[in-house]
Amino acid sequence: MENAKIRIRGLYVRYSDGKEALRGVDLDILPHAVTVAFGPAGGGKSTLVKVINRLIDISDVAEIRGEVLLDGENVLIQDVNVVELRRRVGVVFSRPIPLPLTVFENVSYGLEVAGEKDKKVLADRVEKALRQAVLWDEVYDRLNNPAYSLSGGQQQRLCLARVLALEPEVILLDEPTSALDPVSTARIEEFLEKARRDYTILLVPHNQQQAARMADYAGFFLQGELIEYSRGEEMFLNPKEPRTRDYVAGRFG
Amino acid sequence: MNTPFELGRRKVLLNKHTVQTLGFWGIRLVSLVTVLPILGIVVYIIAKGASAINWGFLTQMPYDGMRAGGILPAIVGTFYLMVGTSLFSIPLGIAAGIYLAEYAPETIWTRMIHIAIISLAGVPSVVYGLFGLGLFVLFFQFGISILSASLTLSIMTLPVIISTTEESLRSIPYSFRVVGLSLGGTQWQGIRKIILPQALPGILTGIILGLERAVGETAPILFTGATFFLPRLPHSPMDATMALPYHIFVISTQVPGMPIEIQYGTVMVLMVFVLGMNLVASLIRSRVRAKRQW
Repeated sequence: MENAKIRIRGLYVRYSDGKEALRGVDLDILPHAVTVAFGPAGGGKSTLVKVINRLIDISDVAEIRGEVLLDGENVLIQDVNVVELRRRVGVVFSRPIPLPLTVFENVSYGLEVAGEKDKKVLADRVEKALRQAVLWDEVYDRLNNPAYSLSGGQQQRLCLARVLALEPEVILLDEPTSALDPVSTARIEEFLEKARRDYTILLVPHNQQQAARMADYAGFFLQGELIEYSRGEEMFLNPKEPRTRDYVAGRFG
Repeated sequence: MNTPFELGRRKVLLNKHTVQTLGFWGIRLVSLVTVLPILGIVVYIIAKGASAINWGFLTQMPYDGMRAGGILPAIVGTFYLMVGTSLFSIPLGIAAGIYLAEYAPETIWTRMIHIAIISLAGVPSVVYGLFGLGLFVLFFQFGISILSASLTLSIMTLPVIISTTEESLRSIPYSFRVVGLSLGGTQWQGIRKIILPQALPGILTGIILGLERAVGETAPILFTGATFFLPRLPHSPMDATMALPYHIFVISTQVPGMPIEIQYGTVMVLMVFVLGMNLVASLIRSRVRAKRQW
């Protein structure tokens, strides 16, 4: 596909303990859409997320081969500015991990470390991000409270908001709702619905229903390989590969 | 079947609760026993020394061969030594702790540093004194001075500050560091803005405990900076100084006809100094534990 935002070619990752997390993956992630990476545990989905924004750098990795091209530039080469990269490619983890700061400081952190000092700009961007993350109405009157005073669902939306504050191009979400109740999950999905045309989103869903609900495009990962990649409806209604069919039908996993 | 033995056993079984209560009281008693000597010392010293404490005692120079007057130069000297020691050991100790906890790779080299730090903490204080004499007083020609003594005490304090700093940093969840990086921060920004503020109370406790030990020591300053008697207050870091622990040694062994309440009064001042610092450290620790939410 010509207009891919992220083009992955021959991506191979082996950890120091010998585990091959990804074994030669080719994948095009299109802009203005939600791409879902799903499959059973150990398929390499989380590793894929970590590679794209180079958080893999702090893992015990023995070998990485292949290319991850973001707008045509390989982010895996040594002299890529990872700080810059991580501002363009935000990530939301499976567990809400607020920083031990206030609600406001959590959202402004990324901007402040990027050098933004103007209080007015910070306040505006924080408000905008919190509104986008469907959280503003719940926290506008306690921005200076510790982030840990929020509920679990609110904390996860806070984690989303602090990514949005950086106005990223790509958002990676690694099972963002796995620790959340159904109502909070719905809030996150509500955001994804609204945001899918504005960002390039890679979602590792926490179950297949979510995968089917959210996917513009979907890739099925099994033991480090991309088995099948297609439009969302096609993947879940009419999968081509027998292994995908078995997994989608619930015969394993 | 109703032998006395059987009866006895049944009785015990029936009174499990009593046994437990007895056990708890036993443990309480034992813990009380461990506290008693400290409590005894404190009470004894206050009883014997409190009568000597008054404004004059704390603010006057000693006279009549230290048998009368106050202990101002010893108090001031101990204060100077504490400031001097802080100046060297706090920045160095925190920097080393940050390096070891956050940056140092797991190599034989860092393992050796760790072993060295642990060993340093176990060196007898008189050895520090002799080391300070050799290095600072003689080799660097700082002479018997506040500077030499502060440097010597710093070396003694460093292991405490380094290891508490390192441990406080390591107790902060790793995930905070990952989040800091994921938001486009550098490692140092994460340490400065997220990790250090969380670890600071623990670090502070370590600093106070380290300094408190330094303040109470006699041997390290014996050859490096302490003096028997100084008719004035020290003027510069190159001056020798009186100090509370050494002064206590002097007035209790070297001066005949020393009034007993002056001896105990001096001990009491040092004790209040040290216990006070300890109390501050404990307060910081308990406050932070109550506030911490993750």
